[in-house]
Amino acid sequence: MISPQVRGGPETKVQHHINDDVIRSERLPNIWCPGCGIGIVVGAYVRAIQKSTIPRDNHISISGIGCTGRVSGYLNLDSYHTTHGRAIAFATGMAVVRPELEITVIAGDGDLGVIGGNHLIHAARRNVDMNVIMVNNFNYGMTGGQHGGTTPLGAKTHTSPYGNVETPFNIPYLVAAAGASFVARWTAIHVRQVTAAISRMMEVKGFAFMEVLSPCPPTFGEFNGFPEALDMMEYFRDKSVVDNNADLSDIAVTAHPEDKVVVGNFVDRKRPSYQELLDELRGRVAAQGAAKK
Amino acid sequence: MSSGGGAMKPGDYFTMGNFACVEGAILAGCRFYAGYPITPSSEIFERASVRFPQVGGNAIEMEDEVGSMAALVGASFAGAKVMTATSGPGFSLMMENIGLAYIMEAPVVLINVQRAGPSTGIPTLVGQGDMMQAKWGSHGDLEIIAYSPSSVQEFFDFTIQAFNSAEKFRTPVFVMADQVVGMMWERLQVPPAEEIEVAQRLVMEPAKAQEREHPLFDYAKDFIPMPIAGMGSRANVDSLTHDSRGYPTTDHDVSERMTRHLAGKVRDHAREIWKWEERFLDDADIAVVSYGSAARSALAAVKSARAKGIKAGLLRLQTPWPFPDEVVEKLSSKVSGLVVAEINAGQMIHPVRESSRCPVVGANWAPGTLIEPRAIMDAMQAVAAS
Repeated sequence: MISPQVRGGPETKVQHHINDDVIRSERLPNIWCPGCGIGIVVGAYVRAIQKSTIPRDNHISISGIGCTGRVSGYLNLDSYHTTHGRAIAFATGMAVVRPELEITVIAGDGDLGVIGGNHLIHAARRNVDMNVIMVNNFNYGMTGGQHGGTTPLGAKTHTSPYGNVETPFNIPYLVAAAGASFVARWTAIHVRQVTAAISRMMEVKGFAFMEVLSPCPPTFGEFNGFPEALDMMEYFRDKSVVDNNADLSDIAVTAHPEDKVVVGNFVDRKRPSYQELLDELRGRVAAQGAAKK
Repeated sequence: MSSGGGAMKPGDYFTMGNFACVEGAILAGCRFYAGYPITPSSEIFERASVRFPQVGGNAIEMEDEVGSMAALVGASFAGAKVMTATSGPGFSLMMENIGLAYIMEAPVVLINVQRAGPSTGIPTLVGQGDMMQAKWGSHGDLEIIAYSPSSVQEFFDFTIQAFNSAEKFRTPVFVMADQVVGMMWERLQVPPAEEIEVAQRLVMEPAKAQEREHPLFDYAKDFIPMPIAGMGSRANVDSLTHDSRGYPTTDHDVSERMTRHLAGKVRDHAREIWKWEERFLDDADIAVVSYGSAARSALAAVKSARAKGIKAGLLRLQTPWPFPDEVVEKLSSKVSGLVVAEINAGQMIHPVRESSRCPVVGANWAPGTLIEPRAIMDAMQAVAAS
């Protein structure tokens, strides 16, 4: 596969890339802006799939709408680009009918945490066996930069021009409280940790959730002290603190240059998954039916 | 997914419309239900919760109707025959992902047990106010299929029919019932399983799926084999306007082709889908057009009119959508006037009027009760005088 020449880049022609088996190379270049962290998360997901012992055909990628919503369309898997906020609900139907499928939902913070927030907490409560990767860029990027439920207090966007007056969600705390089996947070600079967490999420029985904080230079960074591609990556590098045992009530992200960013694999616990409980229920009903005969 | 083992045995039953619907669904091969409780459809969900696990299926409760419809589309791509039931407020919430099922070409069956009034209205009373929403409620251009049962037997029969159409046309199909038909108890005759026609979905062959060279969405054909999750087809199934590979595009020609394909596969086969019943129409001078529970009152009104020497007849629409325009047009050129009897402020009267060559008068009714025959008689007199 010959990759298209990146505008302004060197005239190198790559005959084959090591990720071609999982990426739809013919769809490149992608739509993401320079400095975006989504591609890093895609790379981590691709490597986790390559390492996975689950048959490739069983890996399913489901997205919502927005910048991160475009991930599924670039993956050479059975992929579904659904409606805004509904990826988890869509995935729930598929996961209940076919528990053997390894379903991963990849979507943004606005999609999963705001318009789809209800589906997120209820899927975590039911502990539906699926993986959810939420790329948090602190704003609605696809629509040009508006504030949402994860935008830090005081941050400037096109719909919070005088500073955001809404307190954002602390999503790992929310999802852990709702009952998920696995909860993590990393950033776009933690490439190995993100990859390892996705591999772990594929093993976890139940709802496995990871937030990945990502730079968004043109629509969030520009107005909030991180205008260049590397600015927020440097912030993540300098201010991240790994604490797997963190008090989750205390890990809200401010995106303030002086404040720390707590990351880690916070929750990894055994709870029966929704599919296991449904399976057990059908078994009980069948046994009752057999006893009656 | 056989329809045997725990499905309702053939015979005569005395049962409720909402229960008959669930038994029809099971016999049609449905094994996945996702719903949210809402009056007056809740008996369908309750019955499904008892019955689906008995036949190896799942009936799950979602957090809202938005999620229910999204879950159905996901479950449909997992290979299951899927359904939900709701009423007005839930129907409004489902509109978003009805559009998703439509553009993704996912077979789904939605039962709407219509109730009275806008917004929360009167949950426990009857209405037929969602007929236009069924056709026009989801944004963009949709061509949908809807059945309208007038009895417990038809609620059973049309639910099976709805699955057959959904699977054949790979599109959302509605059963537009109402509170009277849903909660009514009547005789139900369940035929032997071998006499029940059950359509199976056209699914991509596994070997073909593995080749991955096929066009996933061949718009030259009306019916395209469906790629099921996990077959290895590597299908990209997209809510964006997409090309034959399933990839999103803003290409004008592709947009035109996809939109025409989605509508055309229903429009071009409308004559196969249409179902209607004619009563006393051979010599009729005035005809009543009605559907659902209202058609029961319409039949009573027609018989009363006949007793008074008025040559009245009834055209009962069993498939309001796609609208059987040719049937109405033919009738309208034979009679001197048409009355459209419905439990709303006037909805299906619009396509009837659009297709008619004679005066059309509405018999409309919205107190939350079954329309009374006298209101239909009054409308017949009005159209006779016009």
